[in-house]
Amino acid sequence: MAELVIVDTGCANISSVYFAVKRLGTEPVISHDANVIKAANRVIVPGVGSAKAAMANLAERELIATLQGLTQPVLGICLGMQMLTAHSMEGDVACLGLIPGEVAPLNAAGLRLPHMGWNTLHSISSHPIMQGFTEQDYLYFVHSFAVVPSQYSLAQCHYGSDFAAVIGKDNVAGAQFHPERSGKVGARLLQNFLEWQL
Amino acid sequence: MLAKRLIPCLDVRDGKVVKGVQFRNHEIIGDIVPLAQRYAEAGADELVFYDITASSDGRVVDKSWVRRIAEVIDIPFCVAGGIKSVADAGKILEMGADKVSINSPALSNPQLIADLNATFGQQCVVIGIDSFFDVASGQYQVYQFTGDETRTQKTQWLTRDWVSEVQRLGAGEIVLNCMNQDGVRQGYDIAQLKTIRDLCKVPLIASGGAGTMQHFTEVFQQADVDGALAASVFHKGIIQISELKAKLIADGISIRP
Repeated sequence: MAELVIVDTGCANISSVYFAVKRLGTEPVISHDANVIKAANRVIVPGVGSAKAAMANLAERELIATLQGLTQPVLGICLGMQMLTAHSMEGDVACLGLIPGEVAPLNAAGLRLPHMGWNTLHSISSHPIMQGFTEQDYLYFVHSFAVVPSQYSLAQCHYGSDFAAVIGKDNVAGAQFHPERSGKVGARLLQNFLEWQL
Repeated sequence: MLAKRLIPCLDVRDGKVVKGVQFRNHEIIGDIVPLAQRYAEAGADELVFYDITASSDGRVVDKSWVRRIAEVIDIPFCVAGGIKSVADAGKILEMGADKVSINSPALSNPQLIADLNATFGQQCVVIGIDSFFDVASGQYQVYQFTGDETRTQKTQWLTRDWVSEVQRLGAGEIVLNCMNQDGVRQGYDIAQLKTIRDLCKVPLIASGGAGTMQHFTEVFQQADVDGALAASVFHKGIIQISELKAKLIADGISIRP
C-alpha cells in the first residue's frame, strides 16, 4: 500500500508533482491502476490542458468511478482541481462531482489571459490544508478557466474578478495554483496535505 | 495582485550555460543544475533554458538535463531550442518542464503552434520571436536560425504581423527578443515593446538589453510587459535578484518579494 499515489491522468505535469512530493521526503507512486489508487493513504490528481481531454483520459482509463469512491485525503492540482467540481464550461463536460461547483471562463475584466504568474490569496479559511498561509504569500497560477467562489472555497484569488484558489469538502481538496511550482509556499500546501488527518 | 516576473535565461550548449554577446563569441558560464538551483533560491520567478545551437544545426535539445532540473527546481521553467514536433515537446514536458518555447520551427511550420495548443493546452506554448530593426526599411523584422550566424536569415514576417499570427494560432505567451539590444546592456527596446504590447493579448516577456536595475523599472513601467528576461547581468553578478526586487518594489511595481 502506497503512502501517496499520483493518478496518472495522461497529462503532462506528473513529473513535477512527483519530484515536489519527493523533495518533502515521501516517495510517491504514479499509477492509473484502480486498485493501487484505492489502496493509497493519499491521492493526488494532477492535470494540465483542457478539461474535456482530461475527463476523456479518465474515462478511457476507467478511473471516474474509482476517483468518485475515494474516502482517503484527495488533492486536485490545477486542472485536477477543476475536475473535482460538477461541471466545466471548458468543452461543456461533466466532471467528477466531488465538490459542488462550476468551472467557468475566468472573468479577467480586460486583463491578459491566460492568468499566468505569481499571485496572492485572500479569504483564507482555517482548513488544515491552509495552515500557515497568509495574504502576503505568492503562488504560481496558469489558467484561463476557474472555479466560481462558493461556500466550498478555502481561499480566493483576484484577477479581474474573484475566483476559488483552493476548494475543499469532506476528504477532498483542490488548488488552482501549482504548489509544485510555487517555491517554499507551494511546498507548504503539499506538506499540509501530507499531514492532513480526516 | 499578479506580480511582474523576473526570468533569468540560461543559454545552454553541450550541457553548459553560455551567454553570447550579439549571439557570437560564446563563453561558458557554469554547470546548469547548480546554476538553476541558485537562481530559484535567489528569488527568480521563472527560468528559461535555451539550447542556442539546437535549431540551427538540426539537433534536438539534449533532454537529460531537463529531468535533472525538474528534480531540484520548485519554480516554473521553460525549455527552448530545436523543438520541432508535438512529440519533441511532449518528451520535454513529460520530464518536468512547464512550458516549451518555439522559435525557428514555428516560422518554418506555423501549424505546429496550433498542434501544440490542441495537445498540451495554451499555457504550455511559448513563442520566441527574434526581432531586428532594419534601418533601411524602418521596420522591425523577424529573423530565423539566429543561433548560427551562417544560417541566420531574415524572414518574410514583419514582427507585428507575426505577433498577431502566433496569437491567432494559439500561443500562450510571447518572448520578444530585441536583437539590436541583445547582449549590449543598454536597456530594453521600450519603443518596440510598447508597440507590440498593444497587439499582444497574451503575456509578453521582454528580452534583450538589460544592463542596470533601472532598465527593469523602465520596461515594466513604460512597456507594461508581464516579465523581463535577462542573462548576463544575472550570470555575471552585475545585478543581484534580491536587490533588484527590493528596488522594483520601492518603485511601486508589483513583485513577489
